[in-house]
This record gives sequence, structure tokens and C-alpha cells, in this order.
Amino acid sequence: MDNPVNMQSVYLTIVLAPLLGSLAAGLFGWKIGRAGAHWATILGVAISFLLSLIVFKHLVMDGALPFDGTIYTWLVSGGGLRLEVGFRVDELTAVMLVVVTFVSLMVHIYTIGYMHEDPGYTRFFSYIALFTFAMLMLVMANNFLQLFFGWEGVGVVSYLLIGFWFKRESAIYASLKAFLVNRVGDFGFVLGIAAIYRYCGALDYTTVFQKIPALAGQTLSLWPGNEWSVITLICILLFIGAMSKSAQVPLHVWLPDSMEGPTPISALIHAATMVTAGIFMVARMSPIFEYSETALSVVLVIGSITAFFMGLLGLVQNDIKRVVAYSTLSQLGYMTVALGASAYAAGVFHLMTHAFFKALLFLGAGSVIIAMHHDQDIRHMGGLRKYMPITYWTGLIGSLALIGFPGFSGFFSKDAIISAVEASQLPGAGVAYVAVLSGVFVTALYSFRMFFLVFHGQERMDHHTREHLHETPPVVTVPLIALAIPSMIVGAFFVGPMLFEHPGFFGHSIFVLPQHDVLGEMAHHWHGPLAFVVHSLSSPVLWLAMAGLGTAYLFYMVWPNLPDLVLAQTGLFYQVLMEKYGFDRFYDSFFAGGGRRFGRFLWQVGDVTLIDGVMVNGTAKAVGWISSIVRYIQSGFLYHYAFAMILGLLFLLGWFLVA
Amino acid sequence: MSLPLLSLVIWLPIFGAVAVLSLGEHRPVMVRRVAFGIAAATFILSLPLFTGFDSTSYAMQFVEDAPWIPTFGIRYSLGVDGISAPLILLTTLSTILVVLAGWESIQYRVSQYMAAFLVMEGVMNGAFAAMDAILFYVFWEGMLIPMFLIIGIWGGPRRIYATIKFFLYTFLGSVFMLVALIYLGYLTGSFNILKIQALDHLGLTAQVLIFIAFMLAFAVKVPMWPVHTWLPDAHVEAPTGGSVILAAIMLKMGGYGFLRLSLPITPDGSQLLSGLMIALSLIAVVYIGFVALVQQDMKKLIAYSSISHMGFVTLGTFAAFTALSMGSHNAAVLGVEGGVVQMVSHGFISGAMFLCVGVLYDRVHSRLISDYGGVANTMPIFATLMVLFAMANSGLPGTSGFVGEFMVILGAFQANVWYAFWAATSLILGAAYTLWMVKRVVFGPIGNDHVAALSDINNREFVILGVLALFVLLLGLWPAPLVDMMRESVSHLVDQIGHSKL
Repeated sequence: MDNPVNMQSVYLTIVLAPLLGSLAAGLFGWKIGRAGAHWATILGVAISFLLSLIVFKHLVMDGALPFDGTIYTWLVSGGGLRLEVGFRVDELTAVMLVVVTFVSLMVHIYTIGYMHEDPGYTRFFSYIALFTFAMLMLVMANNFLQLFFGWEGVGVVSYLLIGFWFKRESAIYASLKAFLVNRVGDFGFVLGIAAIYRYCGALDYTTVFQKIPALAGQTLSLWPGNEWSVITLICILLFIGAMSKSAQVPLHVWLPDSMEGPTPISALIHAATMVTAGIFMVARMSPIFEYSETALSVVLVIGSITAFFMGLLGLVQNDIKRVVAYSTLSQLGYMTVALGASAYAAGVFHLMTHAFFKALLFLGAGSVIIAMHHDQDIRHMGGLRKYMPITYWTGLIGSLALIGFPGFSGFFSKDAIISAVEASQLPGAGVAYVAVLSGVFVTALYSFRMFFLVFHGQERMDHHTREHLHETPPVVTVPLIALAIPSMIVGAFFVGPMLFEHPGFFGHSIFVLPQHDVLGEMAHHWHGPLAFVVHSLSSPVLWLAMAGLGTAYLFYMVWPNLPDLVLAQTGLFYQVLMEKYGFDRFYDSFFAGGGRRFGRFLWQVGDVTLIDGVMVNGTAKAVGWISSIVRYIQSGFLYHYAFAMILGLLFLLGWFLVA
Repeated sequence: MSLPLLSLVIWLPIFGAVAVLSLGEHRPVMVRRVAFGIAAATFILSLPLFTGFDSTSYAMQFVEDAPWIPTFGIRYSLGVDGISAPLILLTTLSTILVVLAGWESIQYRVSQYMAAFLVMEGVMNGAFAAMDAILFYVFWEGMLIPMFLIIGIWGGPRRIYATIKFFLYTFLGSVFMLVALIYLGYLTGSFNILKIQALDHLGLTAQVLIFIAFMLAFAVKVPMWPVHTWLPDAHVEAPTGGSVILAAIMLKMGGYGFLRLSLPITPDGSQLLSGLMIALSLIAVVYIGFVALVQQDMKKLIAYSSISHMGFVTLGTFAAFTALSMGSHNAAVLGVEGGVVQMVSHGFISGAMFLCVGVLYDRVHSRLISDYGGVANTMPIFATLMVLFAMANSGLPGTSGFVGEFMVILGAFQANVWYAFWAATSLILGAAYTLWMVKRVVFGPIGNDHVAALSDINNREFVILGVLALFVLLLGLWPAPLVDMMRESVSHLVDQIGHSKL
């Protein structure tokens, strides 16, 4: 397997197997039928998953050298720019490969159960396999062109899937919104790529990363009297892309609405994989971001705002999927904070644990939704524990992992992030620390609010629904169990090698300058996962989480009337949360409405009135008007002409005499 | 290969048109078949322009030369380089699709319709292949006649206004070009375009005046803001085939004219006015993007989208001057290449978009967005293709729409960050107006009885759209062959424009 040619064909197969599955289901779905479509795509993704495991073992366990090679030449400009499609597979990629293909495989299997009555069954399988292809292209790219291809590719499949039920007005509104908000980010991203090309002269990672250190100190004037550090500019432009894809404030507005899509894609795309593309991208670009402390501070602050304020919104949502969606936003904020603190490995680690437990929570929510006959309002649920034991226990595992209960996977990754922020020296780290710390309480509160409302307490559903309540079929519960296992154990297994031990798990795939190396600092106090757990007993993080859990218990189990009393006292605050801080309303009237008004103004005033009315038709009218006057002069009477001649003569003579 | 290929791709369709006409109006089936045969034969004859093209040279290839009007030194000389050859291939391919597209929807004066498009094909090929300035001018003006007839006879209710506007606009532009060409021919002692390009000395005033004369002709054709208002009217009134040819090929004449005549003949004049041209290009991208957003007529929307996309062609072309003045030959080449790629790609995408509207119009007889809604329910295959083309129109990577825009943005960023900034807004605006239209037309619940009664595309329509989809994807996934073809020619052009004539 050490032969690079062999590995190249392995990588190609990883990417192409889901693509072929997608094409088979998409183009020949009418021929191979529903079962044919799900077998073709599941086979494709399963092949990818198995090969990803091999790659993981090869690179991470056996310590093989990273792969960096070209598949084909996309374009060669006469100006010397050479753009290629190629793979860079190192430890970071290997982790992403395993996460993406595993979650994707689970979601494929789950979809058989979730979508089995849907007329768009084969189309759905074709889309999710195509998504897997695009996501793999993204994480395996060795250059910015292919990164952008995967980036937009996952975006377009997300658009198609959010609007999957295209008869629903709310779904197609959400899909358009998601695509356009992502395009705002891509606008920044593409300019970032252009800036990289301008200053590095190439778009492949290797060359770019080599040239970046030399750019430190170089500036660019965007307007007179102002100088931007080139690296800061590049980083911020790239990060704008990450903000839209990973739903960071203020480009987060599309993610809650994306819940209009079927639940399997909420798990796959809008929790586990696509939304983490921004996190992955920044980690991949660590050799650039490390050279701009300004950019890192921006990342830190944006991430902490998202982590805290989006978590708060989770407290007031009543749609089960939207609670999980706001939780995703908040957790993406945590990952972003980690990136800003230069703890890239911790960000990716949280990405990985989050992929497992959040996919689990979403699929669990989907399982509940199936049982509830597609009613998603948690106020109509309650007491589901006894009807759905597997969903209950896996849901409990997912929730504990999410709030960072000691020993569960989320505990290790979140604790590492919070400690890293505490250790960070960057401007903004203080604020970020407060935000992520208080976020722990909020996370526990909204998670267990939902958990108690759904699984415990009174059964609030109507009689008809209650009669039909039962556990979902194995195609649904098996993926839940399969995701629950890593949600429990993966943290304890990987926290050491991924974050603290030497030689590092990520090898050279993540670059950190010595002065930013917070994880390296923390490694001095690393004595294994057990000690980590024990140590947490004396840290505020755990107690905040417990306080959140306790509050949720108090509010929703002991005194169910308490939440209403609290709301009555905090009317304005509650109103702000219900309005989601007004982002949607503002964007809708200012950007969407304003854009249309501006367009109408330009069209009616610019095109219709000024250009066509005055210039074009005006010229025609002027010609007509002049000729209608000139027509009077051409009277046809000889004496008129003779008179005009004499007048002219007199005028000329007078002119010459005076002159 | 000793066949006079270029003459064949010019004259075969023109004489073929005569043959089609002579079949008369009472044998429409025969007429369609013959017209298709001629278009297909022309396409096959044009293929060696790709397969036999020597991409290592910027010199004119497939050259033909014969005296035409010896008294004035006007010659019948033809030749193609890496810029014009792809455009000829685009023309011959588009003509086949247009003939097929009119197969059923045109029932009135079939032979004249088919003949008009064949003449159009020959004349357009002539304009791309002409190496003599006067010959170029003849073909250039010759294009107006068939298009005038196509819109005037087979067009919509306001076709007379649209044709007059179209004719006057474009004709007004091009007479100044004729004056400039005669002046240059007199100065050079030859009308050969290469010799005119090689003119060593040309004063700045003369260059500026000549540039303006050319610009009037080319800017109208592109069309650039603010001389663009003929295009939406022409498109709305034109039959589907007319819109396809107009958008896919005729607009490219403007971009081609800048590259073939303006830039190499008046490098200093172009340099002087490049700031203005860039400003107009960026206005086209942004202003027109907003205007496209609020259109209620699908054809108008796509017409405005065309103007916006053609802004990238002129931006890539003229940003080359800024890039050169900053010492970046590479960025200049990249920008111009991007412009040419954008021309070819826009040919596929806009053609496909207009054909999609044509498919709907044939069934419902309306172009208004509000008359549709939920087309995907009744026409799933069509909806899939239309969404693909819409994504290409929004510049999705993996489709051809991305390649040119990406190259132009990369090149423009080197010239000036703000050029790239404004150009990149098309990522947002293009997606907004295209996908909002798709949302209202293709998605949603079935809007009305007409939509409920729609039948999906038939095999003929599937072939037309399928071929375009194939090219859109192929060019998006592997643009190297196209760029390889033009690389030397564009590099040479950038050398020419960097060489002052003062």
C-alpha cells in the first residue's frame, strides 16, 4: 500500500464511489427502482467509508507520509497560472474522511426508514450521495480551486435538499435564502482566493503555505490613508466564507430555516458535515491564519458571539428540530472560538465529537418525529420514554455528550476549547472566555429542557397519536445505536493523541506558531483522560453544566409553571429572543426588499426613463421635432427663398463691415 | 488538409439557404430536413478547426487569400486564431440547435425561417474569419439583415419597434467603424487586418478617435451600459431561435471586435480610455444585476443577465491595461483569456436559458414569471435541466459559467482590488435573480391550470438541452482544451497591447 500510485487510486475511489452511486440513482432511478437506488448509493458510500478507514490507519496509525498529488490539469493560463485537480491527504483529511463517510453511511441507512413513503425517494438518495462526493472533494483538495468547487458543490446540494419538498413555499423560501446567504460568504471567499493568487502567484496549498511567511509585514492600501496587512486581509476574506458556511453571526440566518429540509439531511449536512466545512477550512489554512493575530481575534470574537447568543435562542424554540439547530449554531461557535485561540486541533476534535452526537440528536429527533406523525412541536410531546426506549437512551447519550458530561465525548472537546481560550493571550480572549463559559450553562439548560419535555413528564399529545406511538424500525434505530457508541467513547480515546501527546495526531497538517501554542502549554498538565475527568470536578465548567441541567429539571419536571412565571418577568428579553434579535426582519426588509426597490429604481428611472425615454426615444423625437420645424422653411415659394437669401447677404455684409 | 474550410463554413450555409428557399413553402418537412442536413454538414466541416488547430502558434491558420476588389486593394482573405476558432465552432453548433428548436414551433414560412438562420450562420462565420477589414465590415453589417427579418417576421407583437430599435442602434454604431477602417486602410496601404495591426506609428489623437469609432460599434453589440436597451426589447420580441443566436453569437461580435481591432490597432488609445471601459463594465455587472432582479418577463430577465455577464468580457479585456501598467503580464493574459472563455460559456448558457423559456412558451404562450409556478411537478426532466442551467448562470464551479468569471476576478484583483470587488458581486446578484426566477417558475405548488396541463420535454427538446448541458459541464470540469487553444493568441495579443505606437 505504500506505493503512491496505489494510494492515488484508493483516494480516487473514495471520491468517485459516491458519485457513481449518485449518478446511478439520479439518472437511472426510474430503471433500478427504489431499492436499486438505495443499494447503489449505500454501496458507494460504504466503499468510501471502508477505504477511509484504511487511509486513516495508513496515515495515522502506521505513520505513512501524507499524499499530495495531481489528478488532472484543469487549466493552464498563458500567464503561467496552473490550476489542477488533486488530492492532499494528510492526518487532518483522514479524520474528516472517516467522520464524513461514517455519518453519511449512517444517514443513508436511516433514510430508508425515514423517507420510505416519499415519492422523491430515489432523488433523495441521489442528492445525499452527490453531497458526499462534493464534501469529500472539499476535504481532499490540495488547492483553492478544488476547495471552492467542493465548497459550492455542497452548497448547491444543500440548496436542493432544503428545498427537497419543493411544493412547500416555506421550503423553497428557505433553500433560496440558504443559497444566497452562502453566496455572500462565497463573495468574500472568492476575493480571498484572488488575493492569495495575487500575492502568492499560485493556488496550490504547498506553494501558498511556503510563500505566506514572507508576506508578513506587507501591506495594501484599500483606500487612501489606510494600510491593510495583506495576510489579515486574506484571512478575513477567507473567514467571511467560513462564516456563511459554518453559520456564524451575522451570516447564520439560513441555518435555522434550513430545518425545512427532511431530517436526515439536517443531521448529515446541517449538523455533522457541511456546516463544519468552514471550521475545517480555517484549520487547513492554519499556516495562513497563524500569521495574523488581528484575524485570529476576529475569529475568536465572532465565534464567541455565536456560541453564546445563538445558544440563548435555543431556550425559546418549540420546534424540536429548531432547538437542535440553534444548538448546532452555538456549538459551531465553540469550534470557531477554538480556531481563534489557535487551538485548531481542539476545534477539529470538537467538530468530530459534535458530528457524532449531533447527528445522533438529529436522527433521534427524526425518530421522534416519525413516531409523532410529523408533528415537531415539543409542547405536544412528553413521556415518550416508555414508548421509545432506544430513542430515549440514545437521546440521553447524545444530550449528555452535548452538555459535556464528564466522560462523554463532548466533555473532552468542549473542556479543551474552554481551557484553550482561558490560556489564550489574544485580544478578545477574555470576552470569549466569559462567553464560552456561560454558554455551558445555556447549553445544558436548552438541551435538557428539550429532553424533559420530549421524553418525560405529562403525555401531551392527542389521543390518536398516543395510540400509535411505538419505537421506530431497525433501519432507524440501528444508526442511532451506531452513532451513540462514538458519542460516548470517542472523546476519551482521542483526546490525548489529538490534542496533547507527542508525536501529534495531526502531524504537520496543522501549523501553530510557538507563541500561540495554547494546546502545547496545556500538554504540560496532561496526565491522561482519567485525570482530565477528575480535574474537571474542580473546574467551573462542570458545575455550570450541572446547574443548567438542574435548572432544566426544576423548570420542566418539578415546577412546570415556573417557566411561564419567569417569562412574565422578562417580557422584553423574551421578545428579543423570539424575534431572533431581529436579524431576519432586518435582512428581509433591508437586503431583499431594498435590493428589489433599488433594482426597480434603476430599471424605471435609469433604463426606461433616462436611457430609453430621454436618450433613445428622445433623439428620435428631437429629429422629428427639428424636421417638423425645418419643414416650414421649405415652403416651396420662390419669394420665400429669395427673401431668405437677401437677409443672409445683408447679414454677411454687415458682419464684414463691422469687422 | 487542402479544403478551403473557412470558405466552406461561410458559403455552404449561405448557398444551402438558397437551396432551402428554392424548396418553397409547401414542403415544410423536407425543408426542415435539408436545413438540418446543411447545418450538420457545416458543423462537421468546422470540426477540423478544433482537431487540426495548432495551439502552439498565434499565427493565423486555415488561411485563404484571393484578390476581391483589386482597385482598392481589398482582398478576400480569411484565417482564424485561437480566439476566433472557438467562436466559429460555437456558431456552427448553435445553428444546429436552433434549427432543431424551430422544428415544431415554427409553422409560418418555414423555408424562409430556416434560410434566414443558415444565412446568419454563414455571415457570422465570415465575420469571425475575415482577415480583411472591408470584408469584415461587409459580414458585420450583413448580420443585421437576417436578424432584422427574423425578429420582424417571426417576432412578437411589438416586433416592429424592436426591429427598428435594433437596426438603428447597431447600424449607427457601425458606420463610424467603417470610416475608421477606411482611414486605417488608407494609412496602411492595405486593408489586411494583420497589416493594420502592425502599423508602427499612430498619433494619440488618431488612436483615440479610432478607438471611439470602434467602440461605438462594438459597445452596442456587446452591449455595454448605457447602449444596452435595444437588447431586452429585441430578445422579448424575437422568436426563440433568434434569441439564442442573438445571445449566443451576435453579442460575442462586440467582444471579438475589441480583441481583434480596437486593442491591437489602438493600444495607446485603449489604454487611455480603459478606465472608462472598466467603469462601464462594472456598471453593467452591478446595475444590470439589480435591474435583472425585478424583471417580470423571463426573456427580459435573461437578456439583462446576458448584459451583466458580458460585463465580465469587457472587464477582463480592459483590466488587462491596468494589470500591464502594474507590470503584471500574467494577470493581463489571465483576464483576457477569462473574457474569451466567458464568451464561449455564455454562448452555451444563455442559449440554453432562452431555449428553456422557449420550451415553456411553446406550451403556455407566456413569458411572464407570474404565469408559472410549480413547473417541476409536471415537467421533472425539464426542471432538472433548467435548474442546472440556472446554476451555470449563477456561476457554479463545475459548470462553464464559473470558469470565465473566476479567471476575470483573479486577473482583475491583481489590477485593482475594487475591480474584483464589484465584479464579484455578481456571485450574489447572479444567484439572486436567476434562482429567484427558478423558485417562482419551477418550484412551488402547481400555479394554475396551464402548468397542470404541461407535458414534459420530448426527445427533440431533450437532445437540444442535453447537448448544451453536456458542454456546460464539460467546459466547467475541464476547460483546459479551450484555454490551450487560445493561449498563444491571447499572449500575443497582450504583447501587442503592451507595445506603444506613439
